[in-house]
Amino acid sequence: MIDVSGVNKSFYLGDSCVHALDSVSLHIEQGDYLSVMGPSGSGKSTLLNMLGLLDRPDAGSYLLNGVDTMSLDENERARLRREQIGFVFQSYHLIPRLTARENIELPLMLAGVTAKQRHGEVGVILEQLGIAERGHHLPNQLSGGERQRVAIGRSIVMKPSILLADEPTGNLDTRAGREVTDILENLNRGGITLLLVTHDNAMGDRAKRHIRMVDGAIASDHVVQPADGNHAPD
Amino acid sequence: MRLIDLVRYTFLALRRQRFRSLMLLIAVGLGVGAVVVLTALGEGARGYVMGEFAFLGKDTVVMFPGRKETTGGMPPITGTAARAITLEEVAVLQRTVPGVTSLAPIVIGNGPVSYKSRERESIVLGTTAAFFDIRQLQVGQGSTLPDLVLNEGRQVAVIGHKLKTELFDNRRAIGQWVRLRDYRFRVIGVLTGTGDSFGTDLSEAIFVPVASAQSVFNIHGLFRVMMKIRDNYQVEEVKSQIAKRMQELHEGEQDVTIISPDAMLSTFDDILQALTLGVAGIAAISLVVAGILVMNVTLMSVKQRTAEIGLLKAVGAPAAQVRTLFLTEAALIASAGALLGMLVGLLLVAAGRKLYPAVPFTTPAWALWAAPGLAIGTALLFAWLPAQQAASLEPVDALGKK
Repeated sequence: MIDVSGVNKSFYLGDSCVHALDSVSLHIEQGDYLSVMGPSGSGKSTLLNMLGLLDRPDAGSYLLNGVDTMSLDENERARLRREQIGFVFQSYHLIPRLTARENIELPLMLAGVTAKQRHGEVGVILEQLGIAERGHHLPNQLSGGERQRVAIGRSIVMKPSILLADEPTGNLDTRAGREVTDILENLNRGGITLLLVTHDNAMGDRAKRHIRMVDGAIASDHVVQPADGNHAPD
Repeated sequence: MRLIDLVRYTFLALRRQRFRSLMLLIAVGLGVGAVVVLTALGEGARGYVMGEFAFLGKDTVVMFPGRKETTGGMPPITGTAARAITLEEVAVLQRTVPGVTSLAPIVIGNGPVSYKSRERESIVLGTTAAFFDIRQLQVGQGSTLPDLVLNEGRQVAVIGHKLKTELFDNRRAIGQWVRLRDYRFRVIGVLTGTGDSFGTDLSEAIFVPVASAQSVFNIHGLFRVMMKIRDNYQVEEVKSQIAKRMQELHEGEQDVTIISPDAMLSTFDDILQALTLGVAGIAAISLVVAGILVMNVTLMSVKQRTAEIGLLKAVGAPAAQVRTLFLTEAALIASAGALLGMLVGLLLVAAGRKLYPAVPFTTPAWALWAAPGLAIGTALLFAWLPAQQAASLEPVDALGKK
């Protein structure tokens, strides 16, 4: 469960101050599926970074599964990221010298899990993502869709409670984008909280809750009722 | 992160930057190799010099005429002093100092030694039979000089192996007469081996009774006197007894220098050890330069892999783990370079031993530990700053960098 209240974040661009987040408050229940949309510079990515503990807000409070993240030091934030949060980035952020399997294994490796245990867990994920036969390929030998699947695999290998995806289909063609979205939604159906930041209205509309940001503030927060009929089909 | 994963992850990172890693490897290897080779040279020189003195043994003292009390420098080696040491005085020492078991007074000079039409300029050593025992010279043919009363001359000579070959070729030398200046000597012995000693090749020398040599060169004094100390006697105690006796013989003047090879060896050892350490220090500077190179390369690596650092942090790597990754890279490359340098260095040392068997080139054990230790230590020290820089990157900033 995520509970954000009155969060501010400002940047300085030269002499001018930019309010990336302006008194943002947000409550997300475990298993929710949200899309965050809005024009460029509206604060979508800043909100995602803040929720993912990649960035610290200037003010406000942020509780993640009951833990007050504002009082945590860097090591504790790193531990929370490792155990509870998964990230999917638009540009994949795969390590080019590691194979697909090794990229997925990376968080387990950093956590000190043995090679044998990693092998078993990653094998299941590769199967689940439909890239079992691509495990020994380097990222530059994979298509965009396959790379994003690897990135998704890496994001879920630690079994996080929340998955944050920043434009996950931004670099993909329509078909690959749809496949990636299907995978993410399947994960959400498995109980993981899914928060998508996207420019793509069609993708955003598939979420069960739509948040629209303008100038660093939440302009609208709309929960789609099953009767609306525009959320992802089960 | 498990050690095996850490090493593998680091190895893959280094492999991706093959050329850069190779350059670093060579830089560290050169530094370590230089320490290995230069300390081996120093130790070789030390071993060589010590070996040259070793023939004297611990139970021998050498007495020189003259004394340098104020400068503390080396004793006079020319044998010229205000007051000479005479054979009569040596005879007194032989009689009155119970700690001395044998004495070898020495007169040294150069002269033409000839046999029939062949002539060769040779070192002439006037001494006694005891000299051969003290100096551990072996006679291959015939015998050593006869046991004579010190001031008794006799026309007999022992010649070095090389001098024998020069004068007689393969013919028998024993019993033949050779001429030295205006004197004739009958060859009674031929030395075996080279007997090289500080540039003086004793295999080219001719040995005659000390009194005869004094006649040949028309001198009264001795160049030096070598004395062997009897078992169960303290060297220092006997030295002071000799000094006391000589002072009495020289009317109260302390004008001789008596040294024991032990003290001399110890001084040489100190000097040559300092020399070895000096060259090791010079070589170690190259390791510091390699360390600076490691810092540069790590800085570049951090710059180029900023996004990777961001990702590592995003997936939960704490700052210390990121720092460890970069420090491991530095340690791994320094270790590989050190290993390479040691191998090449030891091969060169082995080649040196093969080429110059007389010089005992050996890398001291401490250098085999210190060189790689310093290489790895310096690499870690210099990599710390860029590694710390990587560790302190904000994940959100790092992820945004390409």
